[in-house]
Amino acid sequence: MALIKVMGIETEYGITVKRSAEFDPVAASTLVVNSYKDRAKRQVAWDYEQENPLMDARGFQSEPSAPPPDEESSAVINDILTNGGRYYVDHAHPEYCTPECTNARDLLIYDKAGELILELSARIAEQTFDGQREIIIYKNNSDRKGHSYGCHENYLVDRRVPFQTLVDVMTPFLVTRQIFTGSGKVGAENGTEPCAYQISQRADFFETEVGLSTMVDRPIINTRDEPHADEKQYRRFHVIVGDANMAELSTYLKVGTTALVLQMVEDGLIGDEFKLRNPVAAIKQVSRDLTCKRPLELVSGRRMSAVQIQREFQQRAARFVESRKEESPYYAIEADVVQKWGEVLDKLEEDPMLLRQELDWVIKYSWLLAYQKRHGLSWDDHRVAMLDLQYHDIRPNVGIYHRLLKAGHVKRLVSEEAVIHAITNPPLDTRAYFRGLCLKRFASEIHAASWNSLIFDVDGKSLQKVPMPNPLRGTQELVGELMQRCRSAAELLQALEGGAPAGPSNG
Amino acid sequence: MPSEKKQTQHTERERETVEQEVDQELYEEAEAIKDDIDSLLDEIDEILEEDSEEFVENFIQRGGE
Repeated sequence: MALIKVMGIETEYGITVKRSAEFDPVAASTLVVNSYKDRAKRQVAWDYEQENPLMDARGFQSEPSAPPPDEESSAVINDILTNGGRYYVDHAHPEYCTPECTNARDLLIYDKAGELILELSARIAEQTFDGQREIIIYKNNSDRKGHSYGCHENYLVDRRVPFQTLVDVMTPFLVTRQIFTGSGKVGAENGTEPCAYQISQRADFFETEVGLSTMVDRPIINTRDEPHADEKQYRRFHVIVGDANMAELSTYLKVGTTALVLQMVEDGLIGDEFKLRNPVAAIKQVSRDLTCKRPLELVSGRRMSAVQIQREFQQRAARFVESRKEESPYYAIEADVVQKWGEVLDKLEEDPMLLRQELDWVIKYSWLLAYQKRHGLSWDDHRVAMLDLQYHDIRPNVGIYHRLLKAGHVKRLVSEEAVIHAITNPPLDTRAYFRGLCLKRFASEIHAASWNSLIFDVDGKSLQKVPMPNPLRGTQELVGELMQRCRSAAELLQALEGGAPAGPSNG
Repeated sequence: MPSEKKQTQHTERERETVEQEVDQELYEEAEAIKDDIDSLLDEIDEILEEDSEEFVENFIQRGGE
């Protein structure tokens, strides 16, 4: 039976410093991340023992692992958040990971909370400057000069599903979902076919079908398999083809539809009938087809457009969601995802411009066209490139997306209040609740944390590890009362040791 | 059946009037949207980074992931 989809988004943000003679992206990213403090307590180290990025979903380990950074240095560039997420410096970018969520609505809210966290820290970081230099952060995926940074999604999937089945189903799904997940980009990169404007920021960077790398020779299906949870039950499905989104509907559908398709795979409801003849070429073709109607060749010999393929997935998902009306705790959100998915496909079929207030690539496209028309600009004008980039600027006063939002030209799905609440409060229905609350209450006694454990240092002498292999334990329902009752970390550990039945590590 | 013809003429006139009103409404709506878009384009002109040519050229990121 389909598993509840535990999922999260990790976003690397673009960064630059205006009016800085020597811009160092690593230093700027470190300054930004370190400026953010949601606890006035000591730094909590990240426990790298739990990480093995070279573990391959196909069942082997790829290359010798590099030694993890030592705890002392990782503490400088790492922060575990009271919302259960993680905030750190990855390569030369500030990166925000949402906490584990169980549904598209929560995940959208936590993804949006990340934007505010970045914005808050950039403004705090700026105060250490001379008042001239300005930190600008972009939620995008490319500098349009061939350098890309990622926005990855992670979904826990039943390990019993053969990996090849995931490849067969998810490849055509991911190649075609761009039509609503794309953030739009002026021009082409990475030696791909030239174009004026395309749907996706990322499509140009995908060169192979399946593989482990995320930095070179990028694969449509990434095989990184670190579930950060019980490995016997779960594998991690690591999606690296997605764009970072500003528009709420784009993020909501991105994760909501992908989760449903993965659940259908778990239930054996969908097979290899939509396998594409050439997925690597198709991902770029779909990205360049602003009508969303050009046919793709399938292995079966059929020819179907991206909209048609998505509609097949959507119709199956609609039946799937209805069939689970009684059993799914997230039925209302799943039904909403399926409905919005269908409406978006109808509009894309009729005229994509109907979505000019809802989907990133269409919002951006319509304003680029209006701006070009007003000033008589060609697609290669630098002001067009500037508008493309500034659409993703997260500053509320000068970011183009945010200005359109404020002027009522972009539709919202969630309230500002919910997003602000999510900056410092974890979701209630995953182990992120336990992690976030422990951070909030007992930060000075937490020595290190990872996705699936917390290490306490209560008396300064010995360390105690609380493993959290099950992402659906440690919820408010299971440990809320315990967390309220325990006045200290020592009390909490004692209660957990005494076998508190609802403890995060049980089950 | 002169009265019937008269009736039809009357209805047609009414319809024309209604159509004109609808046209007027649509026109006003379209103008309002156009004004709205114009003022937003003004805003974009104001907030777009001034030195955009240099800015875009210098925006170079290291690959991530």
